[in-house]
Amino acid sequence: MQTAIIESLRETTDGQEAERILRACTHCGFCTATCPTYQLTGDERDSPRGRIYLIKQTLEGAEPTARTQFHLDRCLTCRACETTCPSGVEYARLADIGRGLVDSQVERPPRERAIRWGLRHIVAHRRRFAFLVALGRAMSPLLVGRLAPLRDKIPPRRTSTGQDSHSTTAHPRRMLMLQGCVQPSAAPNTNAAARRVFDRLGISLIEAETAGCCGALHQHLSHRETAREQARRNIDAWWPYIADGAEALVMTASGCGAQVAEYGHLLRDDPAYADKAARVTELTHDVSDILAKQDLSGLGDIGTGRRVAYHPPCTLQNAPGLHDHVAAILAQAGFKLTHVGDAHLCCGSAGSYSILQPEMAGELRRHKLDNLESGTPDVIATANIGCQLHLEAATGVPVRHWIELLA
Amino acid sequence: MSDVISGERAAALDADGAASKATLVAALTAALPHDIVLTDEESLRPFECDGLSAYRALPMIAVLPATVAQVQTVMRICHAHDTPVVARGAGTGLSGGALPLEKGVLLSLAKFNRIVDIDTDNLRATVQPGVRNLAISEAVDHLGLYYAPDPSSQIACSIGGNVAENSGGVHCLKYGLTTHNIVRLEIVTVEGERLTIGSDALDTPGYDLLALMTGSEGLLGVIVEIVVKLLPKPELARVALIAFDDLRAAGNAVADIIKAGIIPAGLEMLDSPAIVATEAFVHAGYPTDATAILLCEVDGTTAEVDEDMARVQAVAEASGATEIRVSRDDAERALFWAGRKAAFPAMGRISPDYYCMDGTIPRAALSDVLIGIAELSEHYGQRVANVFHAGDGNLHPLILYDANQPGELERTEAFGGAICELCLKHGGTITGEHGVGVEKIDQMCVQFPTAELQQFHAVKAAFDEKTLLNPGKAVPTLHRCAEFGAMHVHNGALPFPELERL
Repeated sequence: MQTAIIESLRETTDGQEAERILRACTHCGFCTATCPTYQLTGDERDSPRGRIYLIKQTLEGAEPTARTQFHLDRCLTCRACETTCPSGVEYARLADIGRGLVDSQVERPPRERAIRWGLRHIVAHRRRFAFLVALGRAMSPLLVGRLAPLRDKIPPRRTSTGQDSHSTTAHPRRMLMLQGCVQPSAAPNTNAAARRVFDRLGISLIEAETAGCCGALHQHLSHRETAREQARRNIDAWWPYIADGAEALVMTASGCGAQVAEYGHLLRDDPAYADKAARVTELTHDVSDILAKQDLSGLGDIGTGRRVAYHPPCTLQNAPGLHDHVAAILAQAGFKLTHVGDAHLCCGSAGSYSILQPEMAGELRRHKLDNLESGTPDVIATANIGCQLHLEAATGVPVRHWIELLA
Repeated sequence: MSDVISGERAAALDADGAASKATLVAALTAALPHDIVLTDEESLRPFECDGLSAYRALPMIAVLPATVAQVQTVMRICHAHDTPVVARGAGTGLSGGALPLEKGVLLSLAKFNRIVDIDTDNLRATVQPGVRNLAISEAVDHLGLYYAPDPSSQIACSIGGNVAENSGGVHCLKYGLTTHNIVRLEIVTVEGERLTIGSDALDTPGYDLLALMTGSEGLLGVIVEIVVKLLPKPELARVALIAFDDLRAAGNAVADIIKAGIIPAGLEMLDSPAIVATEAFVHAGYPTDATAILLCEVDGTTAEVDEDMARVQAVAEASGATEIRVSRDDAERALFWAGRKAAFPAMGRISPDYYCMDGTIPRAALSDVLIGIAELSEHYGQRVANVFHAGDGNLHPLILYDANQPGELERTEAFGGAICELCLKHGGTITGEHGVGVEKIDQMCVQFPTAELQQFHAVKAAFDEKTLLNPGKAVPTLHRCAEFGAMHVHNGALPFPELERL
């Protein structure tokens, strides 16, 4: 596609990357077919192609308004468009650049700013988020009237499944696991289950205490520098373990996995971190990707024919660097996978999206749950904490991280 | 009273008769929800082009209706204000058929994306115009049915756009074009009236207006509902991937296969640049060292498929094929086709822009025309990749260019025009399935003499007296042809006078 990016931007790294991405786009419109928001609204501006155009005109010097911001905000960054695009357009990278540019020119109303501040400064911090969850659970009965929808956002208390890391054996084979920010308080069973499964396979999963949020929340809220800082902090936390022979970085939340897999790209211009970041990207795998390479015959028939509706998170389907083997592993373990229509469409969770765009997120969730429940499953399985919390708030069917089903 | 209105109206019209933007916005927003009437440049820019991004124009206003009543309102208001209307489906067209008009309204039908009814007794589906082509087949897949015409953009293109362009696709060789696969249309006329064209029966008395509407490129009415035919999926389909190291041999093989009495469900060709670009995205296992490949699908009962496939292989071998691979299962068959379907946009990997031609020729001329295109490519100094419906003789030369390089688009257009005329010289037509749009409008002057063009205009006037529906597309004005002819004959006014035109 023809581009005329303004001089002042053309000299920047962002400007050059944006130009390269835009030139690959042929405006064919294939992306519109798999875009969840365009499928709902039928508005070109809610499609990847339309958003590319909105970003393009900003790069070409047109002054954006809240309208452009609105349509960029409505993008889930699910990246289904990238998987569909035959021309290899790296939409998500362009969207990051475009959002940064627009947000620097269009000020948000105070309420939006406050929510975004909260997401970055509370949710993205393990201890602060844990406090908020505890507070939310305590205050839950008081959330009535206009505050009632907030109840949806408070993860239910999980019954502890007993074992923790201390009860597993130390194996010579070690892998690092990201603790993350939301997952430890919202779904502590996930990492505990992963640890038990890996323990049976003769692999120890270790956590670096000083590693924290992967940075995805900041990245998607146009604070890319903070995202880079998080990446550096995590790399510093992991590096001693990597140097000591940790084989891989195991991601039990695919949303975090997709972000960590991007560290190499994020820090490519940082001489002190570029090499380490590239190594981290190489070592990053979704937990299913690791398990698919192990001999799982020892796990036996755990499923006993129980019906599972699997919801593959967008980050597993579309993010480069992650691979989804969940369905095959569950089938091998004796679960019966039900048919789920429109599996490629996002559930509406999409990181902070369900909080920032509740209406659109709710509508996408309704469609997703209709499809998931159509096969009358005993349990819905997914691979990302965001999807898990978002879906379980609106269904009577239990929603679990799939690794819990194997533990 | 009427004098007062016409006086007001006259004041609201600008020099060339169209209503002023403010007047029209006021009328539209008074009758429609505000959020479906887009008027600011920031919102309108994304609508400035369709799948042919070389041609762009900012519409004066875009309207995104969600009901037929709203479409009727838009048409009534625009008709009253003498404002032209361009209908747009998914915006994937390759001939600029949905290119907006700066003094016109762009009418998006993308919100009409519901499948209204599936009638398994009569093998019909009633669909809204914004439904994606592939979504129809997906919706009836569990019933063992499908909708046959399958343009390569079928994942995204809308059925309304398919009707407007009479779209084809891989399977049209055996199952026909869009016009052969629809039975009834609901349209809104330029005056805002709702009409039914065709019927649920196989034939209707009187003139075949359904065929007239199909491929009319938005010049005769706005399509708001379509009843399509559904076909039972064949028991079995297999595709052979046949490689050649010689373009002429590949071209001859196409004619030989048909001559042998086989009507393949699809018979497609990709040349070397297309194979390489496509393989990089799809990894379909195309041999990247081949000069050309044919994809030949046969379908039917197992016995039919086995017999036909054996004959296809024998003919291909006799024609000089260097490699033949037959799909072993549906997954492999889908993979072989995936490359073909994604071939156009995959050009984005080897060139920033591409310009897609659509000329159609008698099959026997295939080799000569392909070699002619290669010569033109050298002459104009522009790369070209060929991906096309070989069985139909429907060529799709993709001229690769860089829109950011001054002069390249103009040279590309001249090259494209020369390809169209090469097709005509071999007894073909300038377009097979993408429509004329704005892209090939000048070549219409070459294909049709004045008297025929006058008849086209008479048909248009019968539906749209004021010429408000997608004016400037599909059928050139005689004035335009006179100018083009003058340029054409005397050469002097062409962007590249030094280039000889065929």
